[in-house]
Amino acid sequence: MLQALQLTRQVSSPEGPLTIVRDVSFEIRARESVAIVGPSGAGKSTLLALLAGLDLPTSGEVILAGEHLNALDEDGRARLRAQHVGFVFQSFHLVPALTALENVMLPLELKGSGDARAEAHRMLARVGLEARAGHYPRQLSGGEQQRVALARASVSRPAVLFADEPTGNLDSATGARITDLLFELNRDADTTLVLVTHDATLAARCDRSLRMDAGALA
Amino acid sequence: MRMLLVALRSLRREWRSGELAVLLASLSVAVGALTGVGFLTERIGRAVDAQASEVLAADARIDSPQPLAPAVAERAQSMGLATARITRLLSVVFNGDVSQLANVRAASAGYPLRGTLQVAPVPFGTGTPTRALPAPGECWPDSRLAAALGARVGDTLNVGAIGLRISAILVSRPDQGAAFVDLASTLVINDADIAATKLIQPASRVRFGLLVAGDDVRLAQFRTFFEQQQKPGERYADVDEASPQIGDASRRAGRFLALASLVAALLCAVAVAISARSYVARHLDVVALMKTLGAERRFVLGVTVLQLLLLAFAAAILGALAGWIAQAWLLKALAGLLRADLPPAGWLPALLGLLVSLAMLAGFALPSLLQLTRVPALRVLRRDAGPPPATLWLALAPAALAVVGVVYGTLGDWRLSGWFIAGIAGAILVLGLAGAALVQLAGRARASARLALRHGLANLSRRRAGSVALVIAFGLGMMLVLLLAILRRDLVDDWRASLPANAPNYFFVNIPDDQRSDFAAALRDDGAQLERLLPMVRGRLIALNDVPIAEALVARGRSPAGVARPPGTGAGATDRTTDRANGRGDGRGGGAPGGGGRFGGEGLAEREQNLTWSEELGDDNQIVAGRWFTAADAGQPLVSVSTEFRDALALELGDRLRFDVAGESLEVRLASVRKVKWDSFRPNFFIMFPPGLLDGTAGSWMTSARYEPRSAGAMASLVRRFPSVSVFNVGDLLAQVRAVIDKSVTAVQSVFLFTLLAGITVLLAAVQSSRDERRLETAILRVLGASRGMLRASVLAEFAALGAVAGLLASTGAALGGWLLARQLGLNYHFDWLLWVLGIAGTVLLVAGSGWLATRPVLNNAPREALR
Repeated sequence: MLQALQLTRQVSSPEGPLTIVRDVSFEIRARESVAIVGPSGAGKSTLLALLAGLDLPTSGEVILAGEHLNALDEDGRARLRAQHVGFVFQSFHLVPALTALENVMLPLELKGSGDARAEAHRMLARVGLEARAGHYPRQLSGGEQQRVALARASVSRPAVLFADEPTGNLDSATGARITDLLFELNRDADTTLVLVTHDATLAARCDRSLRMDAGALA
Repeated sequence: MRMLLVALRSLRREWRSGELAVLLASLSVAVGALTGVGFLTERIGRAVDAQASEVLAADARIDSPQPLAPAVAERAQSMGLATARITRLLSVVFNGDVSQLANVRAASAGYPLRGTLQVAPVPFGTGTPTRALPAPGECWPDSRLAAALGARVGDTLNVGAIGLRISAILVSRPDQGAAFVDLASTLVINDADIAATKLIQPASRVRFGLLVAGDDVRLAQFRTFFEQQQKPGERYADVDEASPQIGDASRRAGRFLALASLVAALLCAVAVAISARSYVARHLDVVALMKTLGAERRFVLGVTVLQLLLLAFAAAILGALAGWIAQAWLLKALAGLLRADLPPAGWLPALLGLLVSLAMLAGFALPSLLQLTRVPALRVLRRDAGPPPATLWLALAPAALAVVGVVYGTLGDWRLSGWFIAGIAGAILVLGLAGAALVQLAGRARASARLALRHGLANLSRRRAGSVALVIAFGLGMMLVLLLAILRRDLVDDWRASLPANAPNYFFVNIPDDQRSDFAAALRDDGAQLERLLPMVRGRLIALNDVPIAEALVARGRSPAGVARPPGTGAGATDRTTDRANGRGDGRGGGAPGGGGRFGGEGLAEREQNLTWSEELGDDNQIVAGRWFTAADAGQPLVSVSTEFRDALALELGDRLRFDVAGESLEVRLASVRKVKWDSFRPNFFIMFPPGLLDGTAGSWMTSARYEPRSAGAMASLVRRFPSVSVFNVGDLLAQVRAVIDKSVTAVQSVFLFTLLAGITVLLAAVQSSRDERRLETAILRVLGASRGMLRASVLAEFAALGAVAGLLASTGAALGGWLLARQLGLNYHFDWLLWVLGIAGTVLLVAGSGWLATRPVLNNAPREALR
């Protein structure tokens, strides 16, 4: 489902080129759940960005859902994400101008799905927020926002769901509930899950972990 | 010094953040709008001051509708005063078959006694001063007249009964008005030729002038002498009396432009406030950190104030430059209405620009920036720790003071400033409320919209305050621009279109009593449809119910402010407008419809009026009080007046009016009041008597006609055959009025372009303040798979919807304004859906275009930003 082939990402700095991800290769099978773990600055989020096609590697290649990301332009990668990818962020990143329902409708509409509204309602009910459909993000608690974000990430039944520290901004009890929900949704939809986390408990619930250190797989 | 260095360094660093650039742009636009108009009005003011002594081309001038007794000039000469004669009349001048209405000025040796004439060999050439005058047999048309006639030096112009060779082109004369040129073109001829033109006939509409110049003591003695034997209708004007009128005219025009520029400046203030707030929001962390590192509050305050001062100076310089360019543009727009040789402007407007810049920063940016100094250092640990909220007083008082300061500083009149501020506040309130309601509606309507539009509409309703500010800014700007367009195009056109196709197109006045049958026959023979021929005699109202008219008016509470006249144009209009431009203000009421000006009771009382008599009322006259004359009323001492005359003098039926007609006193009783349809273009008079009362005094006759000359030379030969008859082409007069409206409206619209620029600065400020949010949103949407096209469509939808709301309000406001204006002018206003189409489309294009440009850098944001 997802292949990383000798991925390297360099950025320029005043002290010369800086390598953030160095020669990383691995493969993730469909329906597998994988945690990318490691200390701060190890290059986890950069790797996630490369895997999701948010950024391009300096060298190497990512194959996502059978597509070579290097061969696609920015809009091509956006289309691929709309079709096959879901995303959950540490800071929730709901669109502030849209209601919870509209946020959940967004991926379906970008994908061009038929009845986005009904599907989004169903998904919100699934995460227990049907009553909050008309609320704006600012009217929701952190946990509720992350549940909406989970609903948004899962509603289009993506092949791959990327999550960047999904519980990082939540207290432990709320974090645990969100984790349960994440795995439940993942199981229901047979989604491949790739998540970046510091949370050992969360990582332990995944099928396997990839440990990053100084830009390389340890 | 350390503060200055820190201020400079941080200004340089902050430049890239964008808020400062928007702040600078808004201030510069405000300063540019105000200084642009300031430079122009100062130049006009300087022209007025510099030429105050030249406006009469003499130290004093006696004006009279009758030839002045030679003894008056002889007495002045014997007292050691210099004299010159100047005879003025309106006549049609021909170059071959091409004709043009001209202000013919026959001058005797010595003219002008003050100032100089400037001539050139070609129209619109550079003038050289001359002490000479056209020799007998020669003439000097001004550039406009020569151009309109297609005449060059060496050609012969036909003036009345004679031909005069052009020996030079007149570029300027001192008595053309200090700043504004006359509406009618000028032709200067030699006094020796005036008799031969045969333009002067009994009761011709001619002004005879005697110019005098000399020292004050002798002038005072001469004035005393003159006043002892002054005849009715004669006026003595010296520089003090003549120049204030011209000064007033230019001050009024300047004030109008200043009002327009103030609208732009106040909108810019909104942009300044928004930019300052978003600057503060972005700098709370930095200031907290500086405080943690040991910066004192005083230091932070000092750096902030220094930064503001630097910005104020930069904006003053940039704004003054923009203003300078703007005034050059305005001068171009007003070309033909203003003298071309205005003196250069001084530095005062630029200095005022700096004050405006400082006042706006102090009023609209300083309160926000002062909040910055109150950020607790604790914020470095707790991000929710912000400055204590500003008190309402601190937030509003400086802004209110700045508005009052800038408005009063520009207008210099408390009353006008008060009205202006109240008017703008009212407009903002109405636009704001309507804008808020429409934005709310748009937000609700998004449920059924497609994705990009829904996202755009959602953004619109989320940033409601910013959206409403933008609706106000663009709505107000576009409304003013559209209203002027209506004024220029629709109102004038509507009125013209409402005239019947066979309405008379020529007025003929000064038809001598003994030639009227021949003249009418000549016209009819050439296919003209002649209207009624009415006699004309000059007279003055001297008493009302046995009380001298001046006292009677005061008793009736009438002042020179007077009442509005209906729009229209004709012989009377040209005379009156030309006279007003000459600074005399003694146009004669009656004869034909006027140019929509205002006239007052005292003005009417002082003026000589054209009087007529007829037993026929005409279907363009409607009796609104009393009864029209019957055959039995012939010779009875009765009078009928128009509603305008009745209103101006507060007359009542039965009032006894005493007139002085050719030295004879005539008392009549007010028998009826007529509502006159002036734009019928038929002969009409304010004052009408029954037949048989004044029959022996008929001086000349007037009429109008629908006339399409059958041959090209027919009109020229008619004028040669009847040289004293003045011909006024209605089309030419309308074109002249139209040209003046066009130029004035272009100038005012140019100033209102600053208002639209101000709207764009508000938009930039609003986009700038939402930049971080927009960046993040863009990144999230990109992560979720939104294409660039979808993001672009969403932004375009957001700003297009905003533009549509602003355009809808602007068009509606402009249509209502046009309707009110039309009502005021007595016209029918036709609501035209095209106004809404153009208004909305124009605003959508403007707002969506600038919104898209302003948000482009944000749209290019990479999706990985969402992970940061």
